[in-house]
Amino acid sequence: MGEIIKVGMADLKTCLSPDGVTTLGLGSCVGIALRDPVTKVGGLAHIMLPDSTAIRNSHQNIAKFADTGIDELVRQMETLGAKRSRIVAKIAGGATMFTFQNSSSSTMVVGERNVEATKKKLGDLNIPILSEDTGKNYGRTVTFFPESGDFHIRAVGKQETII
Amino acid sequence: MSGLSLEQVSENYYDVLKEIGNIGAGNAMTALSQMLQCKVDMKVPQVKLLKFAEVGALMGGEEQIMLGVLLGVEGDVTGSMMFLVEQESAKHLVNKIMMGMASPGVEFTEMEMSAMKEIGNIITGAYLNSLSMLTNLKIFPTPPSLTIDMAGAILSVPAIQFGIIGDEILLIQSQFYDEVEIDGYFILIPDLESYSKILTSLGISL
Repeated sequence: MGEIIKVGMADLKTCLSPDGVTTLGLGSCVGIALRDPVTKVGGLAHIMLPDSTAIRNSHQNIAKFADTGIDELVRQMETLGAKRSRIVAKIAGGATMFTFQNSSSSTMVVGERNVEATKKKLGDLNIPILSEDTGKNYGRTVTFFPESGDFHIRAVGKQETII
Repeated sequence: MSGLSLEQVSENYYDVLKEIGNIGAGNAMTALSQMLQCKVDMKVPQVKLLKFAEVGALMGGEEQIMLGVLLGVEGDVTGSMMFLVEQESAKHLVNKIMMGMASPGVEFTEMEMSAMKEIGNIITGAYLNSLSMLTNLKIFPTPPSLTIDMAGAILSVPAIQFGIIGDEILLIQSQFYDEVEIDGYFILIPDLESYSKILTSLGISL
């Protein structure tokens, strides 16, 4: 077993097998696990907002946004020897943590928007999404192993699943 | 207020919030003490501007199970407000309110969750009242929503709102005691336009 590298909120990290990457307590944010199955280069991005172009001062932290975060993760994986055309994705998160009656304000649907933006960006880069565990109303802790491509998902009061 | 960042806002806002935090948390504790019908002591609240990564650590790790109560804020100031408390402390509070009739363990029944929602409602209401009195602005809370989950997941909600303007989150940590020590966290999440409204109504120029 290798090391497990921790990824914070609005953060991204790459790793090489046998190491893994993890992020704790994903809520409305989305965790995007990428992997090149040949070189076993992997990475995980924990994005919190859909679109860097909609925001001023968006250069502050590119790992914060789905669009710039995914670009940067792919770039860093390429420097470790990953080939863009082989990269595949698994995604999790984008929950709606609080539900209100008669409310559809942007705060409440940000999880869904994060998932949509993530899928769009991966689509633009021709990166296939092999599996996902998104939406619903609970937080998730995720760990990704580029060796096997297993994406482990834990939630409060639920059994761990592997997607 | 185009181009206003949380860093710029925070220099002024920090001091103001500290004061509002003091008064607000004081009122919140009075409300809580009336509700619990016992004396509740509190320490001076700490106002903190934290990096996203530091927030989870403050509360005992991103996976620490917390109760979060979220309310919308409407009126002259718009946005939302969150109250967070660790689950064992929440259970203690609920048990007090239910006169020792709460269920054992850390699970919450429907009735206990509803009691906790009410506690959250009263303390955040008292806090918002102080803000409203000090600023002379109309501030109304909307009905609360409650969730029990990992600290990181609950905090993603305010963090995302703060993320629109920066990489830090502004929160008020207030410690209070009745028989046990309880850490509660208030997070006021004003919409961007509301920051300047709060500051100007307090006579602070930007």
